[in-house]
Amino acid sequence: MKHLMMTMKASVAALALSVGGANAADVEVLHWWTSGGEAAALNVLKQDLEGQGIGWQDMPVAGGGGEQAMTVLRARVTAGDAPTAVQALGFDILDWGAEGALANLNDLAAQEGWDDVVPEALQAFAKYDGKWISAPVNVHSTNWVWANKAVLDANGIAVPTTWEEFTAAVEALAAAGVTPIAHGGQAWQDATVFDAVAMSAGGPDFYKAAFIDLDEDALGSDTMKEAFDRMAFIRSHVDENFSGRDWNLATAMVINGEAGFQMMGDWAKGEFLNAGKVPGEDFLCFRFPGTTEQVTFNADQFMMFDQGGSVSSEQAALASAILSPSFQIAFNKVKGSVPARTDVAGDELDACGQQGMADLAAAASSGNLFGSMAHGHAAPASVKNAIYDVVTAHFNGEFDSETAVAELVDAVSIAK
Amino acid sequence: MAVASSDTAIRTGRIARTFIYLVLLLFALFYMLPLYVMLINSVKPLSEITGGGMMNLPDIWTLEPWRKAWSEAQIGVQPTGLKPYFWNSIQMVVPAVAISTILGALNGYVLTKWRFKGDTILFGLMLFACFIPFQIVLIPMARVLGVLGLAGSTWGLVLVHLVYGIGFTTLYFRNYYAVFPTELVRAAQIDGAGFFQIFWRILLPSSGPIAVVSVIWQFTNIWNDFLFGASFAAGDGAPMTVALNNLVQSSTGVKEYNVHFAGAILAATPTLLVYIVAGRYFVRGLMAGSVKG
Amino acid sequence: MAVTDPAVGASAPDFRTRLQHWIPKIVLSPSLAMIFVFVYGFIAFTVYLSFTDSRMLPSFGWVGWENYSKLWRLSHWEISLINMAIFAGLYIVVCTAIGLMLAIFLDQKIRGEGVLRPLYLYPMALSFIVTGTAWKWFLDPGIGLENVMHTWGWTSFSFDWIKNRDFAIYTVVLAAVWQTSGFVMAMFLAGLRGIDNEILKAAQMDGASNWNLYRRIIIPQLRPAFLSAFVILAHLAIKTFDLVIALTGGGPGRATELPATFMYSYTFTRNQMGIGAASAVIMLMTIAAIMIPYLYAELREKK
Repeated sequence: MKHLMMTMKASVAALALSVGGANAADVEVLHWWTSGGEAAALNVLKQDLEGQGIGWQDMPVAGGGGEQAMTVLRARVTAGDAPTAVQALGFDILDWGAEGALANLNDLAAQEGWDDVVPEALQAFAKYDGKWISAPVNVHSTNWVWANKAVLDANGIAVPTTWEEFTAAVEALAAAGVTPIAHGGQAWQDATVFDAVAMSAGGPDFYKAAFIDLDEDALGSDTMKEAFDRMAFIRSHVDENFSGRDWNLATAMVINGEAGFQMMGDWAKGEFLNAGKVPGEDFLCFRFPGTTEQVTFNADQFMMFDQGGSVSSEQAALASAILSPSFQIAFNKVKGSVPARTDVAGDELDACGQQGMADLAAAASSGNLFGSMAHGHAAPASVKNAIYDVVTAHFNGEFDSETAVAELVDAVSIAK
Repeated sequence: MAVASSDTAIRTGRIARTFIYLVLLLFALFYMLPLYVMLINSVKPLSEITGGGMMNLPDIWTLEPWRKAWSEAQIGVQPTGLKPYFWNSIQMVVPAVAISTILGALNGYVLTKWRFKGDTILFGLMLFACFIPFQIVLIPMARVLGVLGLAGSTWGLVLVHLVYGIGFTTLYFRNYYAVFPTELVRAAQIDGAGFFQIFWRILLPSSGPIAVVSVIWQFTNIWNDFLFGASFAAGDGAPMTVALNNLVQSSTGVKEYNVHFAGAILAATPTLLVYIVAGRYFVRGLMAGSVKG
Repeated sequence: MAVTDPAVGASAPDFRTRLQHWIPKIVLSPSLAMIFVFVYGFIAFTVYLSFTDSRMLPSFGWVGWENYSKLWRLSHWEISLINMAIFAGLYIVVCTAIGLMLAIFLDQKIRGEGVLRPLYLYPMALSFIVTGTAWKWFLDPGIGLENVMHTWGWTSFSFDWIKNRDFAIYTVVLAAVWQTSGFVMAMFLAGLRGIDNEILKAAQMDGASNWNLYRRIIIPQLRPAFLSAFVILAHLAIKTFDLVIALTGGGPGRATELPATFMYSYTFTRNQMGIGAASAVIMLMTIAAIMIPYLYAELREKK
């Protein structure tokens, strides 16, 4: 047993030396993009590499927004058999960076000038200790509202830009007998809404203090109570069957005109497009009321596992291909997100995509770009899930707003 | 032990029989319900599902989702469908089920017919081992497989399933053999039969029903295992469930429920076949002839 | 059952009988070796981990009882334990009852047994990552059973347990019973088919009724099958994971969280492996507290 523990201790450092499985000129890529469009987009990357004589060993593991893949990654690393490149999000990347398991991409980054084209808020998750350790693919923003235009027009509702306008619109829809808000009651969806609501209730400074700095005063403040009160308002304007619903069935309610609004990240756009709807004509996309200037984001990246102290040429080729403008556009057109580099032209994207790019660039330069708490870009996984627990308990009526605030402070302190 | 008929000796009256058939049919309906939901939704276009008609018969019937799940759907970066992953699972399941069932039968035989001091405690320890949560196994197991050089191989997976299946197969056979008449074993011993001869000639021929239970259990568990398959198999060698999971789970992509249902039924076909084929060996009377002869 | 070792009887043990004496132990040893390393070794490792500051990967900084004290401060650990008690209790009892009943009924020379048996068994074959969706829709009042009843004109019909924090755990029981009661039926059926018919015939001639036949003779003979069923069901109850994830995702809120989902979530998704290990140790101790007395009573009597 002792021997086992010692070998495990050494494993993270030693994994670098034993990248089994993949042949010399292959990359083994662990990812969770398996649904039609995403996977097809990734195939572009594969073909690009194959054009350079580099084989692609696919290792897809879907589930739980990458949670499943992260579990598998731990097993692979412990077995001394780490994949060459791994899709990852936010704090997971930094955690692996802290383990010293990732390769240093600084040479390539300097050569290609990544520092100038990738927004700084995003760099915070792609660099550890001043070293580039992963290649960002895209930026999803999570504070979007999706609306059925016909439903809004029929009830004389203009796009709300403040919380007050939003509550008025919601009440007008309720009075008209339409479900105002389509929502799926799963912890991560509740938290996605909470992200935007907290930002709108307290502004960017509050958001940063509470979710990024995990400041106890901000977490326990009256503003936080206000945020929970607003969640309660939203709770009282979703249909009674919201609990447990998949997000895309909630989107379908907006598409079918059964509901007016849905708060969801930009991936929801794919559902609208898939149903043959046109942005601006059939459906509207706008920032959550009161967060018009801010963008909360999560970004998919590929981290490169250290291969004997240096970056292999295959890894460099992969990273370079990921950050190439052509792939960034081709991929994000399908995915609904926007490119991770802000210097590519967005002409090929649709109206919502172009707005997303413009918002991202503006927010990045005005300091209004923040990592999304709900999607693991504000606080580590332990804290994120502790916040989930409280938000979802409150949303389901277990706590009133006051208790929720107290529980939040407590839960975060246990998880920190 | 001489059993002449192939049925129970119990006789039941007419009213009782009607009642029994009624209950059996009602339960059959209960078990079929989710299958109904899955089947009807696998033969309708996606728009009808997201349109809200999850329980209705399709307006437009289509086999497209089945074709897609089998040969076209995106599992990884390439649109291969579930097809290529069947062989991976078979390669893993067949040896794992065979070895664990044989070892279980031998263990059960030893624990009931060749008892020794402390055997009950050993059996208790094997039973308790069934309860180990897989969550705590994953990381140390990965390390051991890495050290043994079995990480990312089919044999590594076979070993894992063997280790965590053997407690169950031993349990089944031990409890089945416990009521098997020990006198028959003694008699054979006096005739000079050895350990393996007795097992082969006397116990094995009458083990049909319990072997079915053991095979069903092991086959189902190993076929449906996801966590070990995903963690300990390399990309190309991934078993069926990992592929099914990749087909079905998607956090931010479009969910094609009709393809998911078709895929789920396809993925379960081998297990269903095993149930039907193995079910034949449930027939009573297997023991009769062989025991006497 | 006699516990004498058959080989002991032989006098003047030559090589062959000595070998015969050792063969049973040799046959048993590979299984035991595997279990000692891969089960008890790993349990020891987990106990150790529960006292360390392990987060994403195992690490070995000693923190004493800290993980345990944190664990008991988490309200949804308690929820998951209470849910476990409700779930496991109902699930084991209902599955055993249905399984035994179906097995006895199927054993009555039923026409079409060959069709019914796989029908009862097939739920085992389906992975819950997809079946969960079918159940979820079926139980959803907006699209499932309640809606169908409403369209059929029974508008007062209400079945919204899955959306209700107090009742959602029972829908998990329902789906779990659906999945495994057929297998329990198979276990009992194997047991029934192993019973000697001569005894039954003799008892019948003495004028015993069917009810008495089952109560006095057949069911007592099924004791080993009950032990198997209990162990299997208890183990499944404790490991129920996919089902909860697919059916309710632990919700509404955290109302259907079970220890298995709790352990997984802390060990892997929350990067708090120390707390995850502590919860696993508590679970194992609880299982031991229930199983050891049961096994002791069950196995001792055989003497």
